Amino acid sequence: MGTQSSTVSRQTEATLADAAKPPAGRTMVRAAPGMYRRAWRRFRRDHVAIASLVVILCIIAFALAAPLVSNLTGFSYSENHLSEKLSNPGENGYILGSDGNGRDILTRLAYGGRVTLLVATFATLAELSLGLGFGLISGYYGRWIDTVIMRAVDVLLSIPSLPLLILVATLYSPGVILFAVIIGAIYWPADARLLRGEVLSLRGREYIEAARVVGVPSRSIILRHLLPNVTPILLVQASLTVPSVILTEAALSFLGLGVQVPTPSWGNMLQEAQRFYRQQWENVFIPGLMIYISALCLYLVGIGLRDALDPRLGD
Amino acid sequence: MGRFIVRRLMLMIPLIVGVSFVTFALVNLIPGSPVPNTRDNPKIRPADVARLEKQLGLDKPWPERYVYWLGNIVRGDLGRSMHNQVPVRDRIWAVLPNTMLLSVSALIFALAVAIPLGVYAAARHRTWFDRLTNISNVALFAIPNAWLAIMLVVILTFKFKEWGFPSLPATGITDTRNGGGLADRAEHLVLPMVSLSLVQIGVWASYIRSSMLEVLQQDYIRTARAKGVSRRSTLYGHAFRNALLPLVTLVGLSLPGIFGGAILIEYVFAWNGIGLLTLQSVNQRDYTMVMGTTLMFSVLTMLGNLLADVAYAVLDPRIRLD
Repeated sequence: MGTQSSTVSRQTEATLADAAKPPAGRTMVRAAPGMYRRAWRRFRRDHVAIASLVVILCIIAFALAAPLVSNLTGFSYSENHLSEKLSNPGENGYILGSDGNGRDILTRLAYGGRVTLLVATFATLAELSLGLGFGLISGYYGRWIDTVIMRAVDVLLSIPSLPLLILVATLYSPGVILFAVIIGAIYWPADARLLRGEVLSLRGREYIEAARVVGVPSRSIILRHLLPNVTPILLVQASLTVPSVILTEAALSFLGLGVQVPTPSWGNMLQEAQRFYRQQWENVFIPGLMIYISALCLYLVGIGLRDALDPRLGD
Repeated sequence: MGRFIVRRLMLMIPLIVGVSFVTFALVNLIPGSPVPNTRDNPKIRPADVARLEKQLGLDKPWPERYVYWLGNIVRGDLGRSMHNQVPVRDRIWAVLPNTMLLSVSALIFALAVAIPLGVYAAARHRTWFDRLTNISNVALFAIPNAWLAIMLVVILTFKFKEWGFPSLPATGITDTRNGGGLADRAEHLVLPMVSLSLVQIGVWASYIRSSMLEVLQQDYIRTARAKGVSRRSTLYGHAFRNALLPLVTLVGLSLPGIFGGAILIEYVFAWNGIGLLTLQSVNQRDYTMVMGTTLMFSVLTMLGNLLADVAYAVLDPRIRLD
């Protein structure tokens, strides 16, 4: 699977292609393209995944341009206009309407997108670092370390995560970063189990044993031989984790336990709006739709990536 | 068979101990008193805080409290609510049937839709129907649960009422006035059940589809086709059963997700179940109750997995029980 390069990342596609060049002396018409390049070729042909990627980039741009959006609408995200609360879209100069405190929905949507995407990114990073760390250690060292980690994973996986998350979120009433860390700390066990399995299957391969025989220290084996080989799985897992984290953030904020108002997130916009859904359903519909579209497109990209990277499918 | 179940039940014991420890540790080991707002409240004398903590058993060191709590759990006593002194077990038992009704009916409904959908899509691999279900499966499991529930209420309850169609009730388990009959209960169940199951339908249907496709590539399917068994009969006689086997495990693994989703759905529909109880207790800082419901959710998950394992062993003759 792939090339044994020490620094595998998306920027080094060129180096990878170089590394895959046939040794001198054998005649070949063209160098075999590297694994990531082949994956990219497959991904490019996947119209659904590409379209989803474009939508996601638009959403990210929208969130990044939040100050511009604020300029355009003329409202700040925390500005209350109580006399104009629950305006319909287009009414009183609110392009997408106003919420229960008379705040502009469009502006809050842009700023809320920042918070939601930030939480999703950090939580994914936290979750995967924990999962990767424990998975690599557990799978590589085996023995009692493996037993301890895997029993802990068993325990954590048998507690439904949402009740656990509700409990922890209530105890800590978190801000953006802590909230992301908490999500990561609760969801890592599944990733650890997945990566451990992968490491177990890699550990028996000849090149790992060869490295061990010639005396390469464990740390280098893990970092230079195992890590590059679990990277594709990690990439796929990351792209599928982001949308699930977005949905989790939405669920928790919806219950009033996530990022606290007046800082907007799509989830807590949903929570505020659902109190008034009988008078004005658009306020519920709009942030929910943003969550839905982001999660959907991210999933589609993740699935496209999985199909592109899955070595079993071949070319 | 009996021995297998007993052994599996024994394996659950360390898991339950672990889960109880995690739950206990989360609530008790964090800094700050679980008697909220009393330490800093100038209107309460320190002596009263001490008395309250003693009354709740909080003056003892935590290992002692944990062992005491665990000992009580073994005897089936989950303690008393910190909020109103009602035994936690009684409160949970009272609402458990409601949660089970919601979750189990959602599970059955989801399977009833997902299985035909997945099998049909696999049978029509690479047709427009297959591609459509493929995308709609993803579209289903990316839906935010709570949002879906509210939108269904908006359309099927309020808009339908506005447009003069017969509409479904939006909240509760029965009507407060003349409710309680079977039809009334069923009517109240529809919206929560559908909102909870749509997400699962997406997950399961796509799983069944790929499982079917995998089985359809097996040698014995080709053999069956080669010896002249009809396509229909290989699909539904040979492939179908084998493809459904892994689903049993997946359903077991999906239980935490279903219970988690049930919390949101119970919240939206004011459905008096464990999820709603958990949320209420969280808001009241009723830690004994929250510990009890978390433990209950975990035990339900483990029992569900046990049931899935047993079902798998019964359905697959290749699995030996001993």
